Amino acid sequence: MNGDTTGPGTGGGDAVTGGRVIVIGNGMVGQRFTEALRARDTERRWQVTVLAEERRPAYDRVRLSAFFDGVSAEELNLHTPDDGVELRLGEPATAIDRERRVVVTATGEHPYDAVVLATGSYPFVPPVAGRDLPGVFVYRTLDDLEAIREHARGRSVGAVIGGGLLGLEAANALRLLGLTTHVIEFAPRLMPVQVDEAGGAMLRRYVEELGVSTHLGVATTALRPGPDGVVTALELSDGRTVDAELVVVAAGIRPRDELARSAGLELGPRGGVLVDAACRTGDERIWAVGECAAVDGVCHGLVAPGYATAEVVADRLLGGAATFPGADTATKLKLLGVDVASFGDAHGTTEGSLDVTFTDPATRSYAKLVLSDDAKTLLGGVLVGDASAYPTLRASVGGPLPAAPLALLAPAGGAGAGASALPGSAQVCSCNAVTRDDIDAAIAGGCADVPALKACTRAGTSCGSCVPMLKQLLDAAGVKQSTALCEHFDLSRQELFDVVRVRGIRTFSRLIAEHGRGRGCDICKPVVASILASLGTGHVLDGERASLQDTNDAYLANLQRDGSYSVVPRIPGGEITPEKLIVIGQVAQEFKLYTKITGGQRIDLFGARVDQLPQIWRRLVDAGFESGHAYGKALRTVKSCVGETWCRYGVQDSVGLAVALELRYRGLRAPHKIKSAVSGCARECAEARSKDFGIIATDAGWNLYVGGNGGFRPRHADLFATDLATEELIPLIDRFLMYYIRTADRLQRTAAWIEAMEGGLDHLRAVIVDDSLGLCAELEAEMARHVAAYSDEWRDVLDDPERLRRFTSFVNAPDVPDPSITFAIERGQPVPAGPARPVTASAAPDGEAPARRRQPVTLGLPEVRR
Amino acid sequence: MSIATGPFTSGTATDTLDWVPVCPLDRLEPERGVAALVDGAQVALFRTGDELFALDNLDPVGGAYVLSRGIVGSRGGTPTVASPLHKQVYDLRTGACLDLPGVAVLRHDVRCRDGMVEVRLRREG
Repeated sequence: MNGDTTGPGTGGGDAVTGGRVIVIGNGMVGQRFTEALRARDTERRWQVTVLAEERRPAYDRVRLSAFFDGVSAEELNLHTPDDGVELRLGEPATAIDRERRVVVTATGEHPYDAVVLATGSYPFVPPVAGRDLPGVFVYRTLDDLEAIREHARGRSVGAVIGGGLLGLEAANALRLLGLTTHVIEFAPRLMPVQVDEAGGAMLRRYVEELGVSTHLGVATTALRPGPDGVVTALELSDGRTVDAELVVVAAGIRPRDELARSAGLELGPRGGVLVDAACRTGDERIWAVGECAAVDGVCHGLVAPGYATAEVVADRLLGGAATFPGADTATKLKLLGVDVASFGDAHGTTEGSLDVTFTDPATRSYAKLVLSDDAKTLLGGVLVGDASAYPTLRASVGGPLPAAPLALLAPAGGAGAGASALPGSAQVCSCNAVTRDDIDAAIAGGCADVPALKACTRAGTSCGSCVPMLKQLLDAAGVKQSTALCEHFDLSRQELFDVVRVRGIRTFSRLIAEHGRGRGCDICKPVVASILASLGTGHVLDGERASLQDTNDAYLANLQRDGSYSVVPRIPGGEITPEKLIVIGQVAQEFKLYTKITGGQRIDLFGARVDQLPQIWRRLVDAGFESGHAYGKALRTVKSCVGETWCRYGVQDSVGLAVALELRYRGLRAPHKIKSAVSGCARECAEARSKDFGIIATDAGWNLYVGGNGGFRPRHADLFATDLATEELIPLIDRFLMYYIRTADRLQRTAAWIEAMEGGLDHLRAVIVDDSLGLCAELEAEMARHVAAYSDEWRDVLDDPERLRRFTSFVNAPDVPDPSITFAIERGQPVPAGPARPVTASAAPDGEAPARRRQPVTLGLPEVRR
Repeated sequence: MSIATGPFTSGTATDTLDWVPVCPLDRLEPERGVAALVDGAQVALFRTGDELFALDNLDPVGGAYVLSRGIVGSRGGTPTVASPLHKQVYDLRTGACLDLPGVAVLRHDVRCRDGMVEVRLRREG
């Protein structure tokens, strides 16, 4: 504890600028405050403890509804572990004892030098009869959403009380859960805070067309239970009844100010912890941020003003003098598939303001601009249906119009009307309060692309709606957005591929001498290695090429964290004879390898040292196995279900096709790994739609899907062609793969490649089905060359003493095994001995404690009674 | 197998470790690394252009003895190796990590005499 702070009652004006700070709440704003303080507190003056009520660390509540779209709780996570912060989950503060300067929780007391209240809001539930019935929910936390999902199972009708922003989000969630949905709103229009009457009417048309019934201008007077005690109906103030088996209350939020109240702190006129423009309460050691704070008496329920308060307090705690800049209440969102935006003085409350409105029933868009009385200054506006003009318009609020009003409002007119015309003080990113001047300064400071601008200014890192403007501002500054591969080549991967292909260049040294500079690096070398391999120019470990290969390709095996390797023999289609299965078992036994079944229907053998790889492969090759290319950016597996051969439902020979495809494309190097699967019927047991190319059998033939993947951002493949005969299917896949190999970026899976393609799937279809570029014959010929030239990489290594010589642990001691690779036994198999990761984690470069908290699995094995 | 240790004592460095012959120069492939055992220590040797470099083989971030298997290259004018585990790039001349401030690997002395590559270990402190 530090001793140089002022005690309570000293009444001194000296701000406390170090010691213990307790952050109460780990919502979006609490998290942002913690990050902002830690980022600025370079001298580590503050020791930070965060008390969180929820059992989950901070997550993105703005995107909460994405949870029902299949986005996982992990993807919504906002919290990055920080060893300078003690995060206590599930430990809400119960009191603040200002006399003794401690925050009290159920498990103990936390002394403080400063407290930051970030307790957020709670959902307001109107005091109607039946509000506590089972089946009635609020819409605030991931736990709420999980409970809603659980309850929706097997039910068919739901209702949402509240037609505002949150209510419409909740309505969409119920739709996604398959419920017939009603929305009940007290005001005479939807989203009354954000949009005007005409905008609300347009919005209602959209919403009702989606099958959501709206009941406007009515209040809910009671919720009625059914015989099982669960809610079954809502009674409305106009005497009608709406049947609903699930009710979500989204009637607004109220600040969580109970801690402050019981600590004797002053509250705002409509609740909330009263703070001044510095976000400080009457107690100089206690601050409030986000939705719980009533800044000069006013609470703000949006994330952008919340972030602004977080930044103010972080600055103040380090001796700064920041003040709350005022709230930007601009909102843009996609509700039920409809773009809605509202910004500035959307309702035209400024004296003498003028409206310009535009309604287009054809494109079903509505727009309103609010101008100053001389029609020269933009004050605010509302957009429904087409919000493409939003970034430019919002940034222009308070300044001169960037173009004539009608030009701005005409569909698709606004976006192009020019970020370049914006004044320097215009806010480009309202979520993170980044102005055009900030962006321009970052560009002048060397930011040359959108990712660099995001990292440097945080613009575009929250809702992302300003990203198109970031691009425009880069253009306006004359920064040509680089497609250069790395510092050694100005060409993109696609351009390099063409250079190598067309000029017949076969070595990296010639390529870099003629088209690049320097010695290369871990980015360009593997790219060139891959291009040379795709073009079928010989063994990947021959000559200079060996020095280009990435980690795994260099030893034709998968490097593990302890420096050992894993080995995956190819098992085409997942089909294997008992004899071969036994050989794998024998090899694993002999070399003491950890054995695991992979998701691609083959077997991974772990814990091999470099010098053991050739011995292991000698045994495998002799038994008829080949490299499985698990180490390569190459075709991995073609998974299959058992198909019509055995299955009662199968309609085609899925295993036969999978084996044939895997043998056709084996060894094919590509910009990224390629996975495939074949399902024998529409039940899709092979999970083909999660693959780069997937095939699903139909009664008439095969359906081809492209562009799927699992992993970090799972994506289902899109249907590309239907009811194909096998001899129609193969040329399509040949062209698809070769076009991908020619034109994709480095490490771009097929999904991202198609998404980035101008024209998307339609363009792809034009090129490889309709032959719009006249490439099809060429692509097929290239694949034919690959198929004819294939040779097993591992067999080729075993046949060549030069290549074999590289597989030693030590150049001066070829017979000495690497002593650093040692094993312990877990569940009867060898696993790396020693800790899972060393102390110097990359997140903590100065050698501090690891940021990751490893969860030991100590459940043990259950005993089975016999 | 026993590993040869230092008959090649350097004339000036009496208080440091000895030069240890490791292998003929032609065993080091251009623009690639190899690992060597020197007095029980794992050393990563690199040959790039006309120069030889020696670093500890231990990747200080990943904690495995793998730096010799990284991709050799350059950043600006600096000769580099990228860890094969998580691609942090190290300056071959100093051992300093160019991506993580404060992280470095130990550098060792290396030279070529009469076609033989020799290493002299440096110990910390």
